[in-house]
Amino acid sequence: MEHSNINLNLKVWRQKNAQDTGKFETYKAENISTEMSFLEMFDVVNEKLINEGQDPIAFDHDCREGICGMCSMHINGRAHGPWDGTTTCQLHMRAFKDGETVTVEPWRASAFPVLKDLVVDRSAFDRIQQAGGYVSVNTGNAQDGNALPINKELADASFDAAMCIGCGACVAACKNSSAMLFTSAKVSQYALLPQGEPERKTRVLNMVAQMDKEGFGACTNTGACEAECPKEISISNIARLNREYLSAQLSL
Amino acid sequence: MAFTGIFLILFLIVHAVANSCIFLNDGGATYNGVAHFLSHNWIVRFLEIGLFVGLFAHIIQGLMLTMQNNSKRPVKYAVNAGNATSKWYSRSMGILGSLLLIFLVIHLKDFFIGTKIALYSGDAPHNLFEEMKEEFENPIIVGVYLVGVIALCWHLIHGFASAFQTIGVNSPKYNSLIRNAGYVYTILICLAFAMMPIAFHFGWIQ
Amino acid sequence: MAINNRIPAGELAQKWSTYKSTCKLVNPANKRSIDIIVVGTGLAGASAAATLAELGYNVKTFCFQDSGRRAHSIAAQGGINAAKNYQNDGDSVYRLFYDTIKGGDYRAREANVHRLAEVSGNIIDQCVAQGVPFAREYGGLLSNRSFGGTQVQRTFYAAGQTGQQLLLGAYSAQMRQVSIGAIKEYNRHEMLDVVTIDGKARGIIARNLVTGEIERHGAHAVLLCTGGYGNVFFLSTNAMGSNVTAAWKAHKKGAMFGNPCFTQIHPTCIPVSGDHQSKLTLMSESLRNDGRIWVPKKQNDTRKAFDIPEEERDYYLERRYPAFGNLVPRDVASRAAKERCDAGYGVGTSKMAVYLDFASAIKRYGKIEATKQGLANASEDEIIKMGKQVVKEKYGNLFEMYAKITGEDPYTVPMRIYPAVHYTMGGLWVDYELMTNVPGLYALGEANFSDHGANRLGASALMQGLADGYFVIPYTIGNYLADEIRTPKIDVNQKAFDDAEKEVKDRISHFMNNKGTKSVDYFHKKLGLIMWDKCGMARNAEGLKQAIQEIRVLREEFWNEVRVPGSADSLNPELDKAGRVADFLELGELMCMDALNREESCGGHFREEHQTEEGEALRHDDKFMYVSCWENKGNYQWELHKEDLVYDVIHPSQRNYK
Repeated sequence: MEHSNINLNLKVWRQKNAQDTGKFETYKAENISTEMSFLEMFDVVNEKLINEGQDPIAFDHDCREGICGMCSMHINGRAHGPWDGTTTCQLHMRAFKDGETVTVEPWRASAFPVLKDLVVDRSAFDRIQQAGGYVSVNTGNAQDGNALPINKELADASFDAAMCIGCGACVAACKNSSAMLFTSAKVSQYALLPQGEPERKTRVLNMVAQMDKEGFGACTNTGACEAECPKEISISNIARLNREYLSAQLSL
Repeated sequence: MAFTGIFLILFLIVHAVANSCIFLNDGGATYNGVAHFLSHNWIVRFLEIGLFVGLFAHIIQGLMLTMQNNSKRPVKYAVNAGNATSKWYSRSMGILGSLLLIFLVIHLKDFFIGTKIALYSGDAPHNLFEEMKEEFENPIIVGVYLVGVIALCWHLIHGFASAFQTIGVNSPKYNSLIRNAGYVYTILICLAFAMMPIAFHFGWIQ
Repeated sequence: MAINNRIPAGELAQKWSTYKSTCKLVNPANKRSIDIIVVGTGLAGASAAATLAELGYNVKTFCFQDSGRRAHSIAAQGGINAAKNYQNDGDSVYRLFYDTIKGGDYRAREANVHRLAEVSGNIIDQCVAQGVPFAREYGGLLSNRSFGGTQVQRTFYAAGQTGQQLLLGAYSAQMRQVSIGAIKEYNRHEMLDVVTIDGKARGIIARNLVTGEIERHGAHAVLLCTGGYGNVFFLSTNAMGSNVTAAWKAHKKGAMFGNPCFTQIHPTCIPVSGDHQSKLTLMSESLRNDGRIWVPKKQNDTRKAFDIPEEERDYYLERRYPAFGNLVPRDVASRAAKERCDAGYGVGTSKMAVYLDFASAIKRYGKIEATKQGLANASEDEIIKMGKQVVKEKYGNLFEMYAKITGEDPYTVPMRIYPAVHYTMGGLWVDYELMTNVPGLYALGEANFSDHGANRLGASALMQGLADGYFVIPYTIGNYLADEIRTPKIDVNQKAFDDAEKEVKDRISHFMNNKGTKSVDYFHKKLGLIMWDKCGMARNAEGLKQAIQEIRVLREEFWNEVRVPGSADSLNPELDKAGRVADFLELGELMCMDALNREESCGGHFREEHQTEEGEALRHDDKFMYVSCWENKGNYQWELHKEDLVYDVIHPSQRNYK
């Protein structure tokens, strides 16, 4: 693949800790290979900051192959940057032009408080999952895996929802900071499978209640979450959640 | 939001159809007849209360929703995605709704209050047609009405499909049908309403 | 030190069931007053934590990520093996056991591997019951595919995200226990030491990575489920945060390290593109089901892949190993790629890559599709279009990932791939009960050395992690804890905790006050290069000796010259990394020592001095049929103990995939 080196102006949000008010700082990213990933570009910038005796920019990252959901940068106004269906770690510098100014911010939502620089606290997602994102089956209780055939289309649709990596881009992208796409993906995964049936009603009610409690906004169907989701999870899941929620509310 | 929205969507059909009687160009005979029926029939009068309840619920819900949602991001982004990830009108339902609310106040003052006064003061039959004709001679009022219709148009473009999504109707089979029905509905309703002040103003209706 | 692997007596196939029905039990009331610490929340950790909490123990989980769901198990792509024989193609518990032992080049314990094969089916059942959306056939039943080193289809999968789905299943079980208070989570925490009292593991010292606070946690047993140490090579397919620290601290507290040099180099990864590279990305082994691997027949061929005609391509795996072809085990495929590239047949700008080509698969699938749709006269273009669609359905996400990273379209241009460090078969030595030689200290999943011998077969890591967590540890831990029911809650104000905490704090303050001149990554990259060049895919005595010297020098320099910015009482990723690299710098030396000691080639360990005339690994069973168990003697001194491997059922032979 042909590649070249580019220079960028970075405008990065710096915030010492949760209490600090924070502000933007600008940095030069020089001689950046277009074959680098966005985070590798940050590695280069940080290496330079360390060598200059400055505090490097803190950011969350781990697998760097687009699946752990840890990376979380809001780049030029877009959750995970300009490429569709891509996490920050899989975004490559080919996406930028020489001399461009790139603004990098943390996910912003009151339910995702900033811990430092670009690192935010997403434990609210864990608590939503704890509210009902499971099938209550103790280890050892299971019957044979093939005892219960499941319609392939339903299994595939369930998988499509289950692909969610819990990165929070949906919340970051939503003007209401709503966590509906995340919550609905989990609700859908189980609602589509017979295994999820026994707890179907309590699951959706409890998970939605927890979501509200965590301080996420309400969904107004702008569709920004779907557009920014790195796993391209469909908002049809949100409709399914609404359906599940209505029928659970009406029938209980 | 969705249930009250769908209710109002249905109301708009009745409202547009009834008002479209002016286009018969019969000097308002049919239109005034319909208006008279609607304002004097007790069943309709009863339904009207429901309409106001729905309308207020929609307004209150909308205002609360917008305010609550705005509070969920205390520190705003320096750069926003803009139209890259969502439509401007989808993000602006609060503003469009507020515009509609202002319009509604003017609209009710213009036509609704007068009708009610006429109804309860027992005056001679109230001629709504003539009243419209008079009002729309003023180009400023026509302008206000057109702004109201444009706000309504964008409000409906998002609101129609959004209502279905919120009540859980979303399936690959019907999504494009719902979307297109929304477009057709919005265009027809808004065209009908926009044409009323214009037609009166330019004297196309006598 | 005498090595006791506690393998139960009796016939191989009966050992586990006999063990289960005779091991000691802890009654439910007593379980409530027993605390267990689980470090790491990957497949092994999450499944163990959830299962132990379900049984009634008080569990605390620790992970350095912001949520348990981020553990690197999530990145496993291809699948999970199970001896279900749903395909009616001759699979059985014995055959899975046999394949795994053979795949591991006869350096794994028969009893452990047989147990693994026995419980493999239960894992699938459990995951299905949890709502893991496995791939299914149109009839609604579970789908299977084949993987390297086997001739049956026993791999269960969920597109290219099997690890994710299995981990989220275990995580959901874990979250359920958190919601009822049976598990207490400590996320963004890193374990920095094991505390032992009277020789038994009694707790850990952990650092809150957000506040920098050093915490003491006591427990009746400590489970390390902390994964492998592939990041000692700097570049690997591991996550950036994957580290050896927990295992290494345990090692320094007396736990033996088993077979540290056994490293798996995965054959199908995206090649290195430059010095900036921070990690390598794996392309699932499942791609070898349909992709064909080749290099040009001519050395230093600079033509584009498309311009090289069929007869000038060398499908070297199919040529050398006709029986298994592109589906030979990973170690064999990796070495073959290295051999071709070293001989000058490599492709791409770096010449350190081979092609993985889907052109013929696209054509084959296209033709099948055309036949299915009754298009007898479909044109070449139509066939290719339909074929691409089928390939997209099977491997779409992998192809997309490749395109994003390289900027090339793998549907039209063959992928370039090269081997990369992927998994470490070595790890903490454990007995049959998964307990290290420190009583009360367990190691599960990739963190232990136990089941894969010298080479792991594809789709076996997920199987082992979940087997350990769901179905082994719940039984074996009871056998130990039954004798601990009289031990009261561990008091964390004892001297052992004071000492361990002081050691941890001293080390942190050394890093903070060192004010050196070089970043942590500078040292990590240097260490990685030494390891890759001299303790990587091919090793020799001279290189290993050099590596040991170089690592010692580098380590010295590290302690004098490392610079850690920021403060110790806040979020400081550089400080976290410094501690991890410090441990890698010790582990690296031990790996080289182990590789130097093992004067044979087996599985992923290839000593150039020991190969057959055809360049295959040459084992010396007479001298090296043992697990190398290294005991830390302090001051960078180690003592080797040997656990002899006894094969009662299988007769080790030269592995043959021809």
